[in-house]
Amino acid sequence: MRKIIILLQKEFIQIFRNKTILPIIFVLPIVQLLILANAATQEMKNIKLAIVDYDNSSESRSLVNLFDYSNFYTIVPTESATKKAIQLIDLGKADAALIIPNSFGEKLKKGVKVDVQLLLNGINITSASLTQKYTVGIVKKFSNQISLSFSNVPAVSQSVRHWYNPELNYKLYMVPGILVVLVTIVGMFLTAINIVREKELGTIEQVNVTPIKPYQFIIGKLLPFWIIALFELMIGLLIAKLVFNLSIVGSIPLLFGFAAIYLLVALGLGLILSTSASNQQQVMFMAFFFMIVFLMLSGLFTPVESMPKWAIIFNKINPLYYFMKVNRMLILKGSSFSHLWDSFLAISVMAVVVLSFAILRYNKKSA
Amino acid sequence: MTNSSFKNFISKEFKHIFRDIRTLLIVLVMPVIQLLIFGFVISSEIKNADYAVLDYSRDYFSKQMVNRISSSGYFNFKGYIDNQNDIEEVFKNGDVKLVLVIADNFSRTLQNSHYADYQIVTDASDPNTASILAGYAQSIINTYVADYFGSQTDMKRIDVQNRMFYNEEMNSAFMFVPGTMVLILMLVTAMMTSISITREKELGTMEILLVSPLKPWQIIVGKVIPYITIAFTNVLVIILMGYTVFGLPLRGNLILLLSVSSLFILLALSLGILISTLAKSQSVAMFMSLFALMLPTILLSGFIFPIENMPKLLQWLSLIMPPRWFLSALKTIMIKGQGLQYITKEVLVMLAMTAFFITLSIKKFKVRLE
Repeated sequence: MRKIIILLQKEFIQIFRNKTILPIIFVLPIVQLLILANAATQEMKNIKLAIVDYDNSSESRSLVNLFDYSNFYTIVPTESATKKAIQLIDLGKADAALIIPNSFGEKLKKGVKVDVQLLLNGINITSASLTQKYTVGIVKKFSNQISLSFSNVPAVSQSVRHWYNPELNYKLYMVPGILVVLVTIVGMFLTAINIVREKELGTIEQVNVTPIKPYQFIIGKLLPFWIIALFELMIGLLIAKLVFNLSIVGSIPLLFGFAAIYLLVALGLGLILSTSASNQQQVMFMAFFFMIVFLMLSGLFTPVESMPKWAIIFNKINPLYYFMKVNRMLILKGSSFSHLWDSFLAISVMAVVVLSFAILRYNKKSA
Repeated sequence: MTNSSFKNFISKEFKHIFRDIRTLLIVLVMPVIQLLIFGFVISSEIKNADYAVLDYSRDYFSKQMVNRISSSGYFNFKGYIDNQNDIEEVFKNGDVKLVLVIADNFSRTLQNSHYADYQIVTDASDPNTASILAGYAQSIINTYVADYFGSQTDMKRIDVQNRMFYNEEMNSAFMFVPGTMVLILMLVTAMMTSISITREKELGTMEILLVSPLKPWQIIVGKVIPYITIAFTNVLVIILMGYTVFGLPLRGNLILLLSVSSLFILLALSLGILISTLAKSQSVAMFMSLFALMLPTILLSGFIFPIENMPKLLQWLSLIMPPRWFLSALKTIMIKGQGLQYITKEVLVMLAMTAFFITLSIKKFKVRLE
């Protein structure tokens, strides 16, 4: 025990002595959180729509007005020519163009179906399909209004209630996800790099000839980063509260409990990576590779339910997926242990398996 | 003399990287795996969303309406729930994303008062999915009600004909192939270079190199040449894969595409060199690269999130992000098939950035030597 405490002292002194690593550990996550949460926005606030109105009737103008009044659209002038509108899309000055034919008002009055054209820039399919959904939605609303004024079609109550995030603020969804990334980077990357550094500089050989047992060495190596990463999570949550007004609905001890177990997995993975590499560059590369794969599948950007079957199955062994899910459920919805026990079970099993494997592997390598 | 030692140095550097099968494998296989993952995971479609129904009527029309939603392909019916409190329970458990609440006397209200009395409740902890699903459910219900009154033509007075420019089939490869290219190039060139040069400093071998007959620029060039080779291979692999596996057309000029890619490789290298002059140890170089290059590459380049939707401050910030310019040039060449005159701005910005970073690095390097 005493040996471990001395080792811990050594590690902490080494980490905090390093003038460059300190700001990296504490300042960068803050900056990241602020930038990422604001950058990772899937809200369409500013759709640049070019409207070409060949009709110029009171009906077509009231449709144009609907777009004009909407907060989501900025109308781009087109000189009433389709050609000009297409040019604007070409130059990236418009995201979409709506073409209203010259028989628009006439046909509506007669009750004949009328077609309007929507031209979209389809390079970024995510924003293109959102733009399309919004625009078609507004046209439909207009169409319904007209229909209602013409016939006795029943009114449909349109009451939608969005729970947990009535304003549909996308940042609230992203912040818990970004925290997962930050904690993982500190846990997995820093650990792996730190151990390989000792290898590369040859200091690990010195440790091996001292009476320190491998398990003591491992605890001495992992514990500081476990503590730092949890501290990192705390800072992140504080910033989220101060800057984004994100309150934790669920139980804070439960959140940290899960993070603590999750970090054992992340640290274990870091240790495995460090035993598989001989220099820092390799370890970095491998860590990065696994991180990207795990992260992309974890549901940070895209809902897991919409992914193909193989990805959903793979996520059963993806620690990031569980932490992402639990973090969001706990923080945003206030889920309790009874809702999350299966994720707790999965991550605990992973922690045991990964850590045992890592320690066995380390012992073999250093023996 | 210096010439042969320069050659020897370069071949040593090559051996150093290519000797290690693991690194080589990852460097060459990584783009392939990443492309495959992005290709199958990034989709804008939301399908099979689980939903539950709280039906106070349980009459003929309400059941018919639920059937209509369940058979739409967007929703997957998880079952009925019994009361308001259950809504919170299924949401907190993550069982469903949406609950449809149908008021009692649904059929009678519909027939007598011409009014569909229902409410949609979503789990908006994922706001995008919530609003899209609510929209789907509403339009299915509206169509159902309109059909019931036999006034389909009335409800659909206006039809919207969509046309997607540049990407008729809504192929997501248009997004992620150029994006992956930027990501991989940043990783292989900027990040790897910065670490490999910093390594020499950390292990103290840089001093030895500096007293060798090699000139400082030769040391740097020798160090980066292997990475240039790898990066260029990656470019070819990604273009080829995008074309064969994901059906990404190559509408523009291939020579132009490769030249612009080379320019970006050079730019990323100059960034990597700059970082190596600033960082004292590899872990610092790594974190600088990670936070200053990788995350902005993914988030501020327009790769996943459109720049136009960001706050003004970040839009300005994205202007100084090299990947942003490369990505924009890539898309213009590959997807729009336009020529050099359409990407002059991008090319000039990248050239200016490269010059700036190299000058800065030389300054830094000189200071260190003195």
